[in-house]
Amino acid sequence: MSEDCLIRLKNISHSYSTGKKSFMALKEINLDLKKKEFVALLGPSGCGKSTLLRIITGLQPPTSGEVLYRGERLEGVNPYATIVFQTFALFPWLTVQENVEIALKARGVPPQEREKMALDLLDRVGLDGFEGAYPRELSGGMRQKVGFARAMAVEPELLCMDEPFSALDPLSADSLRGELIELWTTGKIPTKTILMVTHNIEEAVFMADRIVIMDKSPGRVISQVLVSMSHPRNRKSPEFLEMVDWIYALMAGQGHSVDGSRDAPVGGGLKGRGIPPISIGDLAGLLERVFEIEGGRCDIYQLASSLKVKDSEQLLRLTEAAQLLGFATIIAGDITLTTLGEIFAEASILTRKEIFASRIKRLPIFKWILERLYASDKGEIEIEEVQSLLEEDFSPEDVENQIKTIINWGRYSELFAYDDVREVIFLEEHP
Amino acid sequence: MENIFQHLSPPGDRKYSLLGDIIVLIFVAVLIYLGITLAFHAPSEITGPTIGLSLHLLPWYALLSVSRMVAAYILSLVFSILYGYAAVKSRYAEMVLMPLLDVLQSVPILSFLPVVLLSFSAILPKGIAVELASIVLIFTSQVWNLTFAWYQSLSTIPRDLREASKIFHIRGWLRVKTLDLPFGAISLIWNSMMSWAGGWFFLMAAEIFTVGKKDFRLPGIGAYLQEAANRGDIKAVCWGVVTLIVVIIALDQLMWRPLLAWSSKFKLNMTDSEPPVTSWFYDLLVDSRILYRLRKGISRLLERVDMWLIHLSYRREGRGKKRRSIPVMVITTGAGALLLGIYLYRSILLLSSLTSHEWWHIGVALTATFLRVSMALVIALLWTIPVGVAIGTNPRIARWLQPIVQIAASVPATALFPAFLLVVLRLPGGLNTAAILLMLLGTQWYLLFNIIAGASTIPVDLRYTARLLQLSKWQKWRYLILPSLFPYIVTGIITAGGGAWNASIVAEYIEFAGKTLKTTGIGSTISQATATGNYPLLLAATLAMIVAVVTINRLVWRPLYALAEEKYHLD
Repeated sequence: MSEDCLIRLKNISHSYSTGKKSFMALKEINLDLKKKEFVALLGPSGCGKSTLLRIITGLQPPTSGEVLYRGERLEGVNPYATIVFQTFALFPWLTVQENVEIALKARGVPPQEREKMALDLLDRVGLDGFEGAYPRELSGGMRQKVGFARAMAVEPELLCMDEPFSALDPLSADSLRGELIELWTTGKIPTKTILMVTHNIEEAVFMADRIVIMDKSPGRVISQVLVSMSHPRNRKSPEFLEMVDWIYALMAGQGHSVDGSRDAPVGGGLKGRGIPPISIGDLAGLLERVFEIEGGRCDIYQLASSLKVKDSEQLLRLTEAAQLLGFATIIAGDITLTTLGEIFAEASILTRKEIFASRIKRLPIFKWILERLYASDKGEIEIEEVQSLLEEDFSPEDVENQIKTIINWGRYSELFAYDDVREVIFLEEHP
Repeated sequence: MENIFQHLSPPGDRKYSLLGDIIVLIFVAVLIYLGITLAFHAPSEITGPTIGLSLHLLPWYALLSVSRMVAAYILSLVFSILYGYAAVKSRYAEMVLMPLLDVLQSVPILSFLPVVLLSFSAILPKGIAVELASIVLIFTSQVWNLTFAWYQSLSTIPRDLREASKIFHIRGWLRVKTLDLPFGAISLIWNSMMSWAGGWFFLMAAEIFTVGKKDFRLPGIGAYLQEAANRGDIKAVCWGVVTLIVVIIALDQLMWRPLLAWSSKFKLNMTDSEPPVTSWFYDLLVDSRILYRLRKGISRLLERVDMWLIHLSYRREGRGKKRRSIPVMVITTGAGALLLGIYLYRSILLLSSLTSHEWWHIGVALTATFLRVSMALVIALLWTIPVGVAIGTNPRIARWLQPIVQIAASVPATALFPAFLLVVLRLPGGLNTAAILLMLLGTQWYLLFNIIAGASTIPVDLRYTARLLQLSKWQKWRYLILPSLFPYIVTGIITAGGGAWNASIVAEYIEFAGKTLKTTGIGSTISQATATGNYPLLLAATLAMIVAVVTINRLVWRPLYALAEEKYHLD
């Protein structure tokens, strides 16, 4: 093992089991984190990136494989690592200062020293004067600053951040990113390595030295990108935009080229990646917008800013749905409407429903449901049946999302209806 | 009080198994059997204390009653916290402890009273035995909802806070202090208030319990009220009731309200629409200089304790964890099962000495009490639904009616039983009617408060919509009010029903003014068996009552509750 390697993941796999079924969250991850490196873990939700972060910090043991810290096998929580949480995870009943101090107290630092260190850290993150405030009195950005101060307090070698900026408003997030990068690049913090989990491509390109791209079902690393631009990075520079675009393409194109199963015009849905959890209104909105654009073709990244979509992940899901249903094709980060997509964009509500119905009928999961419905005497099946089928491929959380989307799509297309009380899917025109 | 039920643990949100229920019931049966075997040695005659009626004795009696409550409460709190940790720490412990809690929660506690009193007086000197029995009784009434609330709070601590504690090495005592206790504080305090309200009911019952020649009374405010009613001293009755109300209101104002006001800082939600609880006494305390110094001193002391414990935990870490091996667990479980089996066999032997006539009698008595409980519930529903809806949907009525209702409800029904008897025994139907009214007295408040809570959650826009649609009065009740109240009514009935079964123990068999009054019922059977020393009958009747109540809960209320949760939830 080389000198400058801090963390090494060897064949990490992780699966959750619910009852008899088990779901593979992570599959054979091999990854090194070097000293003096800022690594971003980028991927769609459900790809297991947060789980991976918990395995790296020792909060959760992996089902198989091992984590080496400085060449030694990690057992239990890593004492040299710390986490900045997406939800801040501050104790609401402690003041800002007490929240920072508690981390020091747990390490046995005596009161006077503790106080001095905490005040100094709060000063450094710009919270001077807020020591006595309770977290509920602060804005999201300020709360996360407390989160940073608390994490710095224990002088971690490995600083892990779990989507640290995603619960903040865009302005606070931007300034906090800048401040963190400044602390990091000027060496004001003793941290050796930073690992950040995110689903925001721009954020990853803005901050990280290396971007590890993951995909789901099962969670795995599909690609790694080195970012060699110097800090502070300019988001408007052609170099920056090109890199973001490229990663968009990498992520959007994923799934077609690799497993091949998605090359068919209408595929997926049962095995593999499932149907993207999106609302039909959003999908129609996207298609209309692309249709308005000259030539029915545009760059996904530009689309993101013109549609004012909050996170890139939602946009990716929408484009994935458009592609899955044959309304659009995606090549090298560009989205182009198909003829069907153009018809859909212009159509009336009823025609849209018909088109939608004819498309989703061909998705394996809908095919399966309709077959069961026609086969049953009463023209109904219990949602539990669908659920247990999906449990083979998805995490419990994803199963719930899938079911919601399936019911939504089914209701919209009028292929079937759903009785919420009895929890059955049924055919409306059944005799 | 108006939102107390929001903080109560719902009775039906866990899965349960028939096997678990049966094992727990066997466990309870063996426990009662062991009590009964001790009871065989209980003296056949027990003389009670003399209760004076002079006014200057009242503060002393009040103090005695409150001390019993405090002792039982401390016991409950300690027990709850340890039990909760045990259940959360190990999945296996949880599998045993939670069903046990569930059954014990629905068992009518007062049915234990005779067994506990008899077995304690068999092994302990009389004074101590009765004191201890009353404390145990209050404990068993207070502890379950506290334990359940604590367990729930421990198992619902948000994942991010748990992980933050782990990653920052906040553990042991420090974790208890910074995470577990603060997180559970609000629910613990609300449930403590409920526990106290319930505890008074049982304390009063314990203080006045007399059967035949066995006088188990205790000097206290309950006994004072009973003695006053016995002698027909109306003035003393009034003074007793006033003292009781004053004590209860003082505890509310000087203890619970300040605690609630203080606990609002433990709210997890950063923003909350609920108006904060205010307390004048708390504001007074916060401003006090002496208390400020005292607090500083205490926190310095605590700091030292904390640091010492933290260093200790670091030192202990090196030694590694001890793990109980599987064979040991198997052997302990096996031995436990064997003992349980032996005693179960013995209790069946004891039960088999009962004649078929006696079994028949138990059946009749159960049916009679069941009918009485149902009557009491129906009457309670008939008046609480309209009144509760009126209070819950109309802030103007609520403003002046709510405080009156709260004070009326704060008086434990058992304290009023003797005084109440002076009036109701003259009604047609004698004790039979009286018993129903006594049950009603003990149970209606649970229903009323639940219905008020339910009615006040009906969204205003739905009420406007109902008016816009010009629904008739009947349609409004049919489609809006009753469906929204349904979950609250079911919750109320579960609690109220439990209270009514409990009340049967003291309502169906009464020693009053030197006479013994009784009517057919399971409560009366239990009391009579205690009086005559018919212990097999006592065991059979107590078990029959417990099994009946648990069965009704499982077969009727659980499914209804599940339905209510699923279909009629307004959120």
